[in-house]
Amino acid sequence: MLRALRRNQLGATLIALQIALTLAIVSNSLFIITQYVQHMRTPTGIDEANIFTFSNAWVADQTDLAARIEADLAAMRALPGVIDVEATDTFPLSGYGWGWGLRVRPEQQYPTAGANRYYVDDHALSAYGLQLIAGRWFTPQEVRPTTLNDSYASFPEVIVVTRELAKQIFPAGGALGQIVYFNPQNPARIVGIVERAQTPYMGYHEDNSSFEPLQFVDNQLYYIVRTRAGQLAQVMRSAPQRLYELTRQRVIQDFRPFSATRRQAYLEEQVNTVLLAVVSALLLAVTAFGVIGLTLYWVAQRRRQVGVRRALGARRIDILLYFHTENLLIAGSGCILGIVLGLAGNAWLLFRVDGLTRMSPGYICIGALLVLGLCQLAVLWPALRAASIPPAIATRGL
Amino acid sequence: MLGYYLELAIRGLRRNVMLTVLTIAAVGAGIGASMAMLTTLRAMSGDPIPEKSAQLFVPLIDVWGPQSRQGNSNSDWLPQTFTYRDAVALTKAHKGTHQAAMFRMNMDVSPPTGTPFQASGRATYADFFAMFDVPFSDGAAWGQHEDDGHQNVVVLGAKLAQRLFPDTEPLGRTVSLNARDYRVVGVVRPWTPSPRFYDLFSARRSSYGDSEDFFIPFSNAIDRQLRVQGATNCNGPPPPGWEARLNSECVWLQFWVELPTAAQVRSFRTYLEGYAAEQRESGRFHWPPLVRLYDVMGWIEHSQVLPESVRVNVVIAAGFLTVCLVNSVGLMLAKLSGRAGELGLRRALGASRSDVFLQCLTDAMVIGVLGGVLGLGLTVTGLWGLRLLRGVDGQSGAAVRLYSLDWSMVVITLLAAVAATVACAVYPALRATRVQPAWQLKAQ
Repeated sequence: MLRALRRNQLGATLIALQIALTLAIVSNSLFIITQYVQHMRTPTGIDEANIFTFSNAWVADQTDLAARIEADLAAMRALPGVIDVEATDTFPLSGYGWGWGLRVRPEQQYPTAGANRYYVDDHALSAYGLQLIAGRWFTPQEVRPTTLNDSYASFPEVIVVTRELAKQIFPAGGALGQIVYFNPQNPARIVGIVERAQTPYMGYHEDNSSFEPLQFVDNQLYYIVRTRAGQLAQVMRSAPQRLYELTRQRVIQDFRPFSATRRQAYLEEQVNTVLLAVVSALLLAVTAFGVIGLTLYWVAQRRRQVGVRRALGARRIDILLYFHTENLLIAGSGCILGIVLGLAGNAWLLFRVDGLTRMSPGYICIGALLVLGLCQLAVLWPALRAASIPPAIATRGL
Repeated sequence: MLGYYLELAIRGLRRNVMLTVLTIAAVGAGIGASMAMLTTLRAMSGDPIPEKSAQLFVPLIDVWGPQSRQGNSNSDWLPQTFTYRDAVALTKAHKGTHQAAMFRMNMDVSPPTGTPFQASGRATYADFFAMFDVPFSDGAAWGQHEDDGHQNVVVLGAKLAQRLFPDTEPLGRTVSLNARDYRVVGVVRPWTPSPRFYDLFSARRSSYGDSEDFFIPFSNAIDRQLRVQGATNCNGPPPPGWEARLNSECVWLQFWVELPTAAQVRSFRTYLEGYAAEQRESGRFHWPPLVRLYDVMGWIEHSQVLPESVRVNVVIAAGFLTVCLVNSVGLMLAKLSGRAGELGLRRALGASRSDVFLQCLTDAMVIGVLGGVLGLGLTVTGLWGLRLLRGVDGQSGAAVRLYSLDWSMVVITLLAAVAATVACAVYPALRATRVQPAWQLKAQ
């Protein structure tokens, strides 16, 4: 068999090379896909299934913005099916937000931890459906107004943080009741801790959020509406209607359920997942066809030898095994090369793409086994054709 | 002779159909996938304004000092946008042929009928249009007079003009922006440089999306205290209030200058360094002046606009193409070896080695053309699939164009398919020419 291979060196090498490349690419692709799929399922910590958001702006500058916002919120909160409503500027997965470095001692030069700031009011806990695990939320008296222009310079006296942020600032625990400093003149006490609240970004480990009782009083804000289970579609119709009843001189935009926000946030990864899956499938198909094609050719080339073997007493199954073993040798060496290439490719990917973890060698070995299996399946048909070559061939053409 | 070979090749397709089909499929799949990726890559990373990209510049000034770079992994970092003071000072200095400060903002349009809606616009100086060769379908930009007078004039984008004035001439009419009437002085044609190099950092907007709906004078927008649609970065707590924000070290504005000759570039750089030094003298900075100048392609590269995933996708497509081509070489080896008898006969009848070689290459060319056509079909399908995935079809023309095939790409695809297949066929063809006529004639 090895002699036969040496005679067909080029073809065998090409197939082995092809298998190696395929294994390297497909295993990395599948690995990336599993990582992406896992990432896309990261929970935000809010009641996603029952929340929708939209932006609202009154036409032309208004002087009584606080009253208008209050009227809008009150009208929507009174609608049937609505649990609560919130007026703010950013929300989880919205894509943009406000950040600040928090310190545990006022004289610190560098912050202890970076926090993503959510500016909310006393209704936000139920408007987002957050899970409070310690302490309390804000009282209406603690909420103070601010504007988008001044947001950077406005600081609260009490804040609520996520469990993750609490751990980052106070690794030893006991964050509840502690003071953190936005800057030496602005301390804030942690009065509550929530389980989880993702920042507006879809990266990895995006859970360091802080909530502050500062209500934006601006012309354009986002309304976050949380409905009772099953009422989302209905409230999505009734809420704008109710707002237009108050006044038609407003622009309502970006009206979408949270599922659309999530989809938009992870769009890049979604697209890449499909792309990689398609390319992997095509690659496997092309390799399988290559194996079939080349083996068919070898069968045709060795008709005489196969006939002679049969004439000398080999059974059909022996011919079958012969071709399968040959394929195993070629595919096997291809797979070994492919494992090396695959691990190298993985290292390159780790360098270029954010957030991937290292692919374990066990993963790619399983891939190699699968590719071997595919090759064996592919060679079955040509091998069967070889096995059906009649011994009489050997006697012809001498 | 070529005609004869072509005839042979086409007739030869029917022989050994399986191998032929597999080869065509392999070439088609490989080319199809690669071209789909390359189309997107080309659209995203090409030169958005080739006739001027070496003459348009973004200056950067170190307004925050070495302290701001501490703790930053990039020790070269400078603020990417301008403070209000610097942007206006540079614009008014008129050191380039054209220059303009600018920012993106949203305003509410109240059309004569229907509900008000929000539109995205740019506040800039009159020079913007000449600097970027913005094409007008009607009217022209406003002038220095309107800039100085903070006047209520507007240049409409093609889409907004069509929406507001479907049947009438927009010039001279008024548009209500944030409840104030603006006089239309010009309408631009659809204009979508890709990427939109002058506005790479807008929040919530892709660098490859549509251009603005309208343009108003910078001074007017500042008067109306319009908030920028983009990142505002402040080096520390910013002072509250609009006026204080304008005078602070918060950066949020973009600035571009046109410097057609190398001498002008040098003199502008000198001016910039002088400006920074002047600021230091006046006590605003305490560090040595540091300035940088980027042209369009330099700026695009510096801003790393191209999503990393596009690069990775191209590598994967290249890997896929390699596998397909390796496949093709093997299949063609197989096919030509199967024709050893016929080729031996031809050699015996007097064909030279190069004749046989050319014949095999012509075969490959025909397969390449067929593979290219298949590949084209796959590319179109692939791009359609990409558009579907991204939900792009309902959107702007610019985004659709990113994932569409233009005629040059079609030609490139077909040429690439033929070239690749012929290249793959070289070795098998060489081997085929070594066939011994006598042997082939003997073995029946």
